[in-house]
Amino acid sequence: MELLVASAIGILTAAGLYLVMRLRTFPVIMGISLLTYAVNVFLFASGRLTVGAPPILTDATSYADPLPQALVLTAIVISFGMTAVVVMIALGAYLGADDDSVNDPVDPADTKAGDAS
Amino acid sequence: MTHWIILPVILPAILAPFIVLAARYHIGIQRVFSIAGVLALIVVAAGLAWQASDGTITLYQLGDWAAPFGIVLVADRLSTMMVLLTSVLGLFVLLYAIGSGWDDRGRHFHALFQFQLMGIMGAFLTGDLFNLFVFFEVLLIASYGLMIHAGGNVRLRAGVQYVLFNLLGSTLFLFALGAIYAETGTLNMADLAGRVSLISEDASVGIRIASVMLLMVFAIKAAVVPLHFWLPSSYAEAPAPVAALFAIMTKVGAYAIIRIYTLVFGPDVAVTEGLHGLWLLPAALVSLAIGMVGVLAARKLDRLVAFSVIGSMGMVMVAISMFTADSIAAALYYMVHSTLAAAALFLISDMVRAGRLNLNLTAMPIISGAALTSALFFAAAIAMTGLPPLSGFIGKLLILDAALDTPLATWIWAIILCSSLISIVGFARAGSTLFWKAKSVPIPEDRLIEPAPAVLSYVAVSGLLALLVAHTVLAGPIYAYTQATSAQLFAPAPYLEKVLETPGKLSKPKEGQ
Repeated sequence: MELLVASAIGILTAAGLYLVMRLRTFPVIMGISLLTYAVNVFLFASGRLTVGAPPILTDATSYADPLPQALVLTAIVISFGMTAVVVMIALGAYLGADDDSVNDPVDPADTKAGDAS
Repeated sequence: MTHWIILPVILPAILAPFIVLAARYHIGIQRVFSIAGVLALIVVAAGLAWQASDGTITLYQLGDWAAPFGIVLVADRLSTMMVLLTSVLGLFVLLYAIGSGWDDRGRHFHALFQFQLMGIMGAFLTGDLFNLFVFFEVLLIASYGLMIHAGGNVRLRAGVQYVLFNLLGSTLFLFALGAIYAETGTLNMADLAGRVSLISEDASVGIRIASVMLLMVFAIKAAVVPLHFWLPSSYAEAPAPVAALFAIMTKVGAYAIIRIYTLVFGPDVAVTEGLHGLWLLPAALVSLAIGMVGVLAARKLDRLVAFSVIGSMGMVMVAISMFTADSIAAALYYMVHSTLAAAALFLISDMVRAGRLNLNLTAMPIISGAALTSALFFAAAIAMTGLPPLSGFIGKLLILDAALDTPLATWIWAIILCSSLISIVGFARAGSTLFWKAKSVPIPEDRLIEPAPAVLSYVAVSGLLALLVAHTVLAGPIYAYTQATSAQLFAPAPYLEKVLETPGKLSKPKEGQ
């Protein structure tokens, strides 16, 4: 199970980073969503992987660590809100400039200065 | 238990929704409440700073839960100093926003401003690493709104870049937190300090990776090269008062580095030893150089100021990464100076923009109110480049002095002095192009006469500069105070004892009681 979870985190992170480097708002936002999924699973796994154990201290010998679960909940809520914000801002930028690339457009002054020198 | 510590967080948190819900259509009422809130914050912050000034560490346990289980807020010299600096900066930025009418060019400026203050205050006060993440997100989400205040295509694009970069930073922060929790089983800073020092050398892979990731997160916030790429365009395109407020946000990163890397991964912890000397110091020197070269290379005034922020953050980080008591004291002195100087410069660049088509560093017809604006620019530029008589010079001298005994002293001296010269040339050229050459450009006949900036704007900028003068005149007492702060940071035993030994709910009763 460790291998499965670890490779899931790895694949999600790799795919997320690849998409982030596409530098177009839609793939970048998809990539960031994948990264947040990866980090959520990672946080969840940081309390060790346990199966079928209650997240509270009881008389039983095994229990799941409840703290990472609380952390993941917080992280999910925050990343959800942040993604909504970035979608709205990116949409505004796309509709205003009719261009969805993340980088700054090339400044005409830059090329002119390059030609002159 | 005193409840004053949480007031800097609670007050803006209550005021912001109130402004949105009750006063959303009345800019006058919003302004009154916003100013009143910031004034109250200054009073509370000054009270906290006074309380902490004799070395007392005050603890606030949220919900009365004892430390490793509950979240704590801790007010020591360092955090109360930063809280006071933030609230004072907030007042002048707010005055400028009202004076220049920036707050009326979009909606919800004052509410977002209060949320931003709440996040910054919380980040300075918290004693819990995950809570630090949450307050980072609070200040970031408010800053996203402020960043695109008043809209416009260029600003929205810069906003997208800013948000995306910070989302990646937050993800990295979470990875670091997960790794730290997996290695130690706690996220309370004081508790971490004890547990990290127990990790043996041969099992330290995880915690070393985590500490480097955490350093990267804070370096993104502090705009240390090569993680600075978000800063120039977002600071240059943000509305001027917002950029001035953002001057404190890079310092949040610097504060977090100081806090975590003195308390948790301290200089004497074996597993992470040499981290700052090996990585942070060269990166800081490069960002100092790149920032000041950027000042010289910039073709627009707002970019120039943004690069000077990178340069001055580089200077702060150089001082921090030496991690001696003297260098941290010098870094704190310079940090206060650089916050005030950067904020003043952003506000001045907005005054210049008011009378011109754009901020390109080319000669254009003279702007209204040029005499006073240019005088303010002159003073702020002297402060930023670190020429005598203002506090930048003293701060730089303190940093150079602290660098004397370090192995890289030659490099540090050479880069600080050369980059200062470059930045002086950059600022001098910008100032003479903007203000002197303007006189030789004929004023076109059909030009609309722009009114000079409002009196309140001048009051705000002059206030910041007056604070800089005070920072210079009172350099002796202030440096003594930052030295005491730094001594407190390097002797964390009272902090740890206060946080971990204070009883609360769920704390185990001590043996024999």
